[in-house]
Amino acid sequence: MITLSNVTKVYKAASGHVTAVDHVNLHIEQGEIFGIIGYSGAGKSSLIRLLNGLEKPTSGEVIVDGKDMGKISGKQLRQARQQIGMIFQHFNLLWSRTVRENIAFPLEIAGVPKEERMKRVDELVQLVGLQGREHAYPSQLSGGQKQRVGIARALANNPKVLLCDEATSALDPQTTDSILDLLVDINKRLGLTIVLITHEMHVIRKICDRVAVMENGKIVEMGEVLHVFRKPEQPITKRFVQQVTEPEETKEAMLHLLERYPNGKVVQLTFVGEAAEQPLITQLIRQFDLNINILQGKISQTHHGSYGVLFIHLDGANEEIERALAFIRQQEVEVEVLANVQ
Amino acid sequence: MSNELFPNVVWEKIWAATMETLYMTAISVVATFVLGILLGLLLFLTSKGNIWENRLINGVIASFVNIFRSIPFIILIILLIPFTKLVVGTILGANAALPALIIGAAPFYARMVEIALREIDKGVIEAAKAMGATTTTIIWKVLLPEALPALVSGITVTAIALVGYTAMAGVVGAGGLGNLAYLEGFQRNNNDVTFVATVLILIIVFIIQFIGDFVTSKIDKR
Repeated sequence: MITLSNVTKVYKAASGHVTAVDHVNLHIEQGEIFGIIGYSGAGKSSLIRLLNGLEKPTSGEVIVDGKDMGKISGKQLRQARQQIGMIFQHFNLLWSRTVRENIAFPLEIAGVPKEERMKRVDELVQLVGLQGREHAYPSQLSGGQKQRVGIARALANNPKVLLCDEATSALDPQTTDSILDLLVDINKRLGLTIVLITHEMHVIRKICDRVAVMENGKIVEMGEVLHVFRKPEQPITKRFVQQVTEPEETKEAMLHLLERYPNGKVVQLTFVGEAAEQPLITQLIRQFDLNINILQGKISQTHHGSYGVLFIHLDGANEEIERALAFIRQQEVEVEVLANVQ
Repeated sequence: MSNELFPNVVWEKIWAATMETLYMTAISVVATFVLGILLGLLLFLTSKGNIWENRLINGVIASFVNIFRSIPFIILIILLIPFTKLVVGTILGANAALPALIIGAAPFYARMVEIALREIDKGVIEAAKAMGATTTTIIWKVLLPEALPALVSGITVTAIALVGYTAMAGVVGAGGLGNLAYLEGFQRNNNDVTFVATVLILIIVFIIQFIGDFVTSKIDKR
């Protein structure tokens, strides 16, 4: 559905050239929810704007639904854009229009006759669950409701692709989840390809099929979400994964535990998918002569299965501990022995 | 009673002068509104980072606006005498005041329009582009409606300034309440005439302000 080959975007600034997107290659399948994560300034905003021609690539090719978005212009570009919906961090609704009129705007642009337009608006209001608020103005809506209007507006012309530019970054956690649920629902029901950019790993974890990690304009890591969660390779990816797997205080708590248990080993276990649901600890206790103490644990749900982290303390003979660790490794569980840092 | 309080006031003349003032104000406000929005849009659209970014056109319009905004109105009237004669055919009467009023006020309003347009969230314009809107659609369905409250409050301020300009134009022969106050009131030392003309101008100003505020509050949904 979307293919980027060797795409580079350079901005001319007073202080010299800034390379926002640096030789990016990417292929996104139809019906996929693809996430791009990075800190601000990583180039993800520029990248998503290349997909609907709001930015033109300095070099390389951007093909969306068979159209070269970097080359086409005028009427061709405008028609291609009607097939690509976009939602924004700050919603970007017209405050002078009601909910209905905002949703009708892209239909007016596409030249849909009035009667049909009104019918389609009704469907969309239903789809995003805004019944009863049709005649409100954006200033009378909550953030979540505004984003629902944004989504309805983006879907008005039955696009094939939906671009989400930090769509949940201005929302509180609960509202974020309800918007993400809506996006998954739309993706399933309409078979829409969704490309989203974010700096929150939570968003990637919750809805994405695949993820690309961006740093300094480059994609440094890319893969299926569950795989990236299990085996993050780049330091930046590890930091993002920690955002959802480790609560803030974990590191501090672990240091404390290492001090408290000078004997034995503190081990971090990472479970993915099926493994997360096996009774591993029971097996360990039965098969090995060890004292096992569960210190902390967390299990997160991704779009493709569960993902868990467990911190345990193993106490016993060194040989027994090594045998136990070898056993755990056989169970497709990632093991990391935490050393005493001091 | 009115004869005792205002012995020198001829109400027919006052009425005629009021009508002239209203006529000059109304025509010049409408023309200033259209011309100012046109110039303001051009200023905005040709500025850096916008749809028709063009330094040359932007520079030319900006200098034109700045020059005519800076010339004191009373001097502008005199400078425009040849132009007025060419366009209207005379330099006396209400119609003769119109070119100077419009040329004096439109650049002033154009700047207000530009500021109002710049206040619009860039994201909204980007969203319209992302939907595949043409520039015409963006102007008519995004820029003008989104800036409307500021455009209305701007034209209110401009209209009030224009009432003041008509009084000045009156002094150099354009008719209206300014002309009456100066010729019949000040020069013949009829203070009652000056007083009545002033009160009427104040009433006109208050009515304009009231209508402007009312409309602005009605259309502002922010």
